[in-house]
Amino acid sequence: MQTIVHLFKNNVREYGMIIALVLITGLFWVLTDGVNFTPLNLTNLILQNGFILVLAIGMVLVIITGNIDLSVGSIVAFIGAVAGVLIINMNVPVWLTIILALLAGAFIGVWQGFWISYIGIPSFIVTLAGMLIFRGLTLWLLGGQSLAPFPDSFQQISNGFLPDIGGGSIHIVTLLLSALLSLLLVYLEFRARKAQLQYHLEVLPIWVTLAKLTVLLLVINWFAYQLALNKGIPIVLVIVLLLIALYTFVMKNTVIGRHIYATGGNKKAADLSGIKTKQVVFWVFVNNGVLAALAGLMFAARLNSATPAAGNMLELDAIAAVFIGGASMAGGVGTVIGAIVGGLVMGVMNNGMSLIGIGIDWQQFIKGLVLLFAVGFDVYNKKKS
Amino acid sequence: MSGYILEMNQITKAFPGVKALDQVDLQVKQGEIHALVGENGAGKSTLMKVLSGVYPYGSYDGEILFEGETCQFKDIKQSERVGIVIIHQELALSPYLSIAENIFLGNERESQHIMKWQETFSEAKRLLERVGLKDSPETAVMDIGVGKQQLVEIAKALSKNVKLLILDEPTAALNETDSENLLKLLLELKQQGMSSILISHKLNEVSLVADSITILRDGKTIETLDATVEQVSEARIIKGMVGRELTNRFPERYPQIGETLFEVKNWSVYHPQQQERKIIDNVHFYVKKGEIIGIAGLMGAGRTELTMSIFGKSYGSKISGELYKNGELIEANTVAQAIEHGIAYVSEDRKTYGLNLIDDIKRNITLANLKRISRLNNIVIEEGKEVQESQQLSEQLNIKTPSLEQLAGNLSGGNQQKVVLSKWIFTEPDILILDEPTRGIDVGAKFEIYTQINQLAQQGLAVIVISSELPEVLGLADRIYVMNEGRMTGELRREEANQEEVMRYMTGAGGE
Repeated sequence: MQTIVHLFKNNVREYGMIIALVLITGLFWVLTDGVNFTPLNLTNLILQNGFILVLAIGMVLVIITGNIDLSVGSIVAFIGAVAGVLIINMNVPVWLTIILALLAGAFIGVWQGFWISYIGIPSFIVTLAGMLIFRGLTLWLLGGQSLAPFPDSFQQISNGFLPDIGGGSIHIVTLLLSALLSLLLVYLEFRARKAQLQYHLEVLPIWVTLAKLTVLLLVINWFAYQLALNKGIPIVLVIVLLLIALYTFVMKNTVIGRHIYATGGNKKAADLSGIKTKQVVFWVFVNNGVLAALAGLMFAARLNSATPAAGNMLELDAIAAVFIGGASMAGGVGTVIGAIVGGLVMGVMNNGMSLIGIGIDWQQFIKGLVLLFAVGFDVYNKKKS
Repeated sequence: MSGYILEMNQITKAFPGVKALDQVDLQVKQGEIHALVGENGAGKSTLMKVLSGVYPYGSYDGEILFEGETCQFKDIKQSERVGIVIIHQELALSPYLSIAENIFLGNERESQHIMKWQETFSEAKRLLERVGLKDSPETAVMDIGVGKQQLVEIAKALSKNVKLLILDEPTAALNETDSENLLKLLLELKQQGMSSILISHKLNEVSLVADSITILRDGKTIETLDATVEQVSEARIIKGMVGRELTNRFPERYPQIGETLFEVKNWSVYHPQQQERKIIDNVHFYVKKGEIIGIAGLMGAGRTELTMSIFGKSYGSKISGELYKNGELIEANTVAQAIEHGIAYVSEDRKTYGLNLIDDIKRNITLANLKRISRLNNIVIEEGKEVQESQQLSEQLNIKTPSLEQLAGNLSGGNQQKVVLSKWIFTEPDILILDEPTRGIDVGAKFEIYTQINQLAQQGLAVIVISSELPEVLGLADRIYVMNEGRMTGELRREEANQEEVMRYMTGAGGE
């Protein structure tokens, strides 16, 4: 028991967020009579929030370096417009459009990163300008009109599912992949444990590890089963999962990840440790541009149109997700998983409140309070320790 | 009793682990200039903070009498109300506001919260005349030089009907002409009946203007000299400042000194913003393998600026000069290059420049050399290796912590310093620069750090120690360089160095 208390105390923030997510999900389970747990709604939840999660991953890196990016909503719209013009007006193949769109995102990142890192203008101002610039360019590109429809192959990005074998009522591939993921997680957990023991580090008692794994695997497999009852695994989920795995690894286990945390934690000390902090911030913005472009493609594909108002206020959703997920405004703190959990909290609330018919007015109000209390809880905890 | 405007009796102020002031007495006569001198860390600033209410009544022991009345200040406002005004070394002016606005900052000429601009400017003008400043009161403070800014500070003090003016190192940042003007002004104000306390490292100034001189050392009053009867010489003051025995505070050392390892030639550096201001002026020095050299000097002598400019040009502009390692010319234009060449710099300000306080111990230790714990072309970090290596260093330096996952910000000063030192040992340097390696840490941790420094020299490193504490320089170094105002003013071997000698070079008095 003591171990659990200790474990919890040391990780109030992370566990707190997960508990909050569980509580909020449970609350809506009651309020919607279980509708939010139907296979169809769970699938929708992913399709609706995929692009916000992608934006949150890019944003958490930016915020860890102690910066902010207000322009991602406009970038989403701009990239949607670019894709629309290329595919619908100019008949450029979908695969080439995707590459060009991601390159455009990278170029936007280069542009903003240049002003922030090498000219030294605060990111708040550069990206506020970017917010206007790219919204303006979107309006110009689209001439104020929406462009639609996209070809099926493009819509697949957001509405597609992994193909199945067999053709029964249940999606076999989904179940197989979920089992494979489970095995992978067990393997990784025990490999980490073995390494820890090898270096004589403190490890959790084996039963805690097993309990943790059991809960995790149950949730994953139950979720996969629900998806399998519907249409299987959406492409969006594959994209998001791959990004989570990649960025978690980068931030946790690579030198560049360390440099990002060190830059945000104490820029002067990082400089004097030989870290090229300007380059770090520059590349983090390039990365964010690419991810925002990816989110833009997902958004346009989901809407099946490129519209001038696309992605309005989306930057605020992404920023809220990151802060709910435990990042610090001052930089140096935050995790990819935290941002994802934060994004899911927002997503579950959006979805649940829509299901029970709460108007957009009160939805905004409630989300605002959740953001305030989540960060308030964090600040209070830090003061106490 | 009469004749004293200020009496501070038996003032004792303790911080956790350190007694900063130990029964200090200070008596200032009505209408005199009273100099307060002592080494860095002797307790001068602390004493003035007690006097002005920065450390409120109740946080210290002892009594303060001002014009015969007992004072129990809770904040600066209260001490200013009775007429005690401090002008700090770092000027507290708002650069974008005008001279007049700065003079009345927090003390505005107003009626019912509406500014009375006419009165503000006319009174400012009158005050500026008193301090001999001819600039218009509408000039922005950032457009006048440091010397004039100092005068604005004094005008600001005068606007508060000051009776006792305290100046903390007023001439530290001034050139000679400005310094002279300021001292003249002080003498003029004295003629008008003003009492003042002058804190200064520049002993020639002290012996020029002071009527009495109180010497502090290690938080105690050593003596008060009367300069009205006869001129007090600088040598006399120095004797009082350093008259302390070197006890066994340093570990035994058996130097094994080899060939010259690192050499700096013709090194000149200008101020990073004011590019006409020369901070380091044509400095030469060298360190041998296994040798510890000390760089002594007062605050503002340019020691930190010198070493930071060497460490990948981290300070200054228009840097010129050559660096030689093992006789070969090397380039160290960035910190990364400097580290590559085996130079390590442990900053004097560990919280700002040394540590990421919100990250844990092991990650702080490995930050400057992640290469050593990564594989796959220095991309992926091996956490196990990181733990192992940082564990080893943590044991070697005796970092006291329950675990390496502890955040650096939660450690004591001594342990933080050990983490910073570990971080730079982890880079496997050949040349180790330590800037104030024991600032603000307790005696026990100091001894441990000295032991480490000795061991590192034993292993063949060339060690450069900067310290404001003379005993530390004398106790550690095999050879001592002394700096004054950006120049090397002396070089002494350990055997021939004593505190008086070093202090003479430090204060620019020269050694003969």
